Amino acid sequence: MKTVALGLAVLLTLVASPLTAQTPVRVGFVGTFSGPTAVIGNDIRDSFELALDHLGRKMGGLPVEVFYEDDQQKPEIGRQKTQKLIESNRVNFLTGYLWSNVLLASLKVAVDSQTFLVSANAGPSQIAGELCSPFFFSTSWQNDQTPQAMGEYLNQRGVKTLFLIGPNYAAGKDMLAGVKLTYKGMVLGEEYTKWPDQLDFSTELSKARAAKPDAIYVFYPGASGVQFLTQYGQAGLKDQIPLYTVFTIETTLPLQKDLALGVPGAQEWVNDLPVAANVKFVAGYRAKYHRSPSFYGAQAYDAAGLINSAVESVDGDLTKKDAMRAAMRKANYASVRGPYRYGNNHFPIENFYLQETIKRPDGSYGLRTVATILKDSQDSFHDKCPMKW
Amino acid sequence: MLLLLEQCLNGLQYGLLLFLLSAGLTLVFGIMDLVNLAHGSLYMLGAYFAATFCALTGSFVTGAVLALLAMVLLGIALEIVALRRLYGRDHLAQVLGTFGLILFFNELVRLVWGPAGLSLPLPGWLSTHVEIVPGLSYPTYRLTIIGVSLLVAAVLYGLIMRTRLGMLIRAGATNRDMVMALGVDVKRLYTLLFGLGAALAALAGLMQAPILTVQIGMGENILILAFVVIVIGGIGSIRGALLAAILIGVLDTLGRAFLPDILRLILSPTAAAAVGRALSSMLIYVVMAAVLILRPEGLFPVARRCA
Repeated sequence: MKTVALGLAVLLTLVASPLTAQTPVRVGFVGTFSGPTAVIGNDIRDSFELALDHLGRKMGGLPVEVFYEDDQQKPEIGRQKTQKLIESNRVNFLTGYLWSNVLLASLKVAVDSQTFLVSANAGPSQIAGELCSPFFFSTSWQNDQTPQAMGEYLNQRGVKTLFLIGPNYAAGKDMLAGVKLTYKGMVLGEEYTKWPDQLDFSTELSKARAAKPDAIYVFYPGASGVQFLTQYGQAGLKDQIPLYTVFTIETTLPLQKDLALGVPGAQEWVNDLPVAANVKFVAGYRAKYHRSPSFYGAQAYDAAGLINSAVESVDGDLTKKDAMRAAMRKANYASVRGPYRYGNNHFPIENFYLQETIKRPDGSYGLRTVATILKDSQDSFHDKCPMKW
Repeated sequence: MLLLLEQCLNGLQYGLLLFLLSAGLTLVFGIMDLVNLAHGSLYMLGAYFAATFCALTGSFVTGAVLALLAMVLLGIALEIVALRRLYGRDHLAQVLGTFGLILFFNELVRLVWGPAGLSLPLPGWLSTHVEIVPGLSYPTYRLTIIGVSLLVAAVLYGLIMRTRLGMLIRAGATNRDMVMALGVDVKRLYTLLFGLGAALAALAGLMQAPILTVQIGMGENILILAFVVIVIGGIGSIRGALLAAILIGVLDTLGRAFLPDILRLILSPTAAAAVGRALSSMLIYVVMAAVLILRPEGLFPVARRCA
């Protein structure tokens, strides 16, 4: 009898515990944590964790539970993981999403289940346009915006002819289309390489050299950026044709070193932006991880801030989705890039800066803001989005 | 014209790298009659060892030499522990067994080196470029790959055709039982041969590493091409592997370089790139099909007498 009573008591505590404890905010985080781009995945995870630390690991008074899933940089795996997070982990928010093709494959699952998805990086043109959704928000940009800023800078520099090289996938096409939109000179040629497995760019570099352009423009994120810069240097092109990039020179890649010096890039965030939230983020990141954060991390840090603003606005009642959406549309949180607004398609209207790699006196490498290229830039696809608010 | 020359060099360099990988594969397949899918894993391990030893010793050449030695030992150990048990079996058992080895090595690498992959930086004297003809400078490292591969091809040819060991290897390929009956320790010969094959795969992996990244599964895509090369060249033939590898390398590179431009006349740039790329990789398999129809034994079949 005694044992039965004891057993019942144990069972009762098991049943009772979920009722007494607060229901946490569940966040599903999809990133790439294996393979050569894992360095980016780790960076956004670390930044997101730091943001949670800064929030006291609570959002709107509720504890936060994060489920990290590895998409292996493959769209089909990303969709599976998204589905798993929604169905078995019953997450309230999805975030992460580095790759446009992974995001495109995963979006429908999230939207159909009415789960908010905050993209911390990928911003394919389709989602800014016809596929825009009341359940999607971005804390980065629409893919074309960064290259548009670069195109503008190329005009300012008086570059007459340009050769484009990029990977043949959703973001690669956006990044090359974006620069062509604002660049006023002549495009001598454009090459698309197989993504992500082609890392030998000899064929494309040979063609670029033969075309004799004033400059080469490339988009190669992650490890492929290291390979591109190395091969560009080895081919002797560094002395012949200057290189302009987006997403190729990254603080996540200490390997580039001298190769990156003198190669300009464009981004919506640089680590030295004089914004109070940014100073706190950069200092906190350096103290916790002993390296410098990247723009990917900054966007993930902001994703946590945006989600927190939604949870706080409804005092933790996560069923009030309309109220949470209305709160997120205000972008009412301390973004590390400084204040910004949301367009009708839930993509930021924000500034873009020119950045360059510098060698510090202690021999380490870092990025520095040189100038503001575009102010309050909005993507060019928002007209195609039927959502109005 | 210069562009065509430069692209031919790119193709040659790619082809010779394929040759290094296929040479080991064709020796093991042709002479030991073993289908070794794990050859790609040896390629991967060569790159990982080289990256590790180069970082430890601080010298690219020393690191590479140490990696090669380590891979010979690993190849010998692998032959003794695992592959020896597969010789008498049919090809299906060998495919399954060596496929298991791929999974094993991928997981081992994940445990030892982590999932993120490594990079193998080149020393300064190799990451420059030289002007071969006026107006055309070519990366020193790619020229080095061409040189080393040609040297290896020459040494292998000499070894197989001119030495006693090579004679035994060739004899073993033609009639294994007869060689055994003459008192040659075929077992030891095979162990040695497998070590040589492992070193060749590792050499391909470590030479490719500075151009690509060192990552898990890096050998699997390229292994398919290596099989195409040995089928076209004739299984067991070093000469066939060399010519077929160069053919495939040049064909692939030229197709990739010029087909999109030709297609761009009728298609949009992204579509032309996708179609051009698909066509150029198809080109390889079309050539393989043609060779299989016209010369089922490959371009340079090895004489074989079946018991």
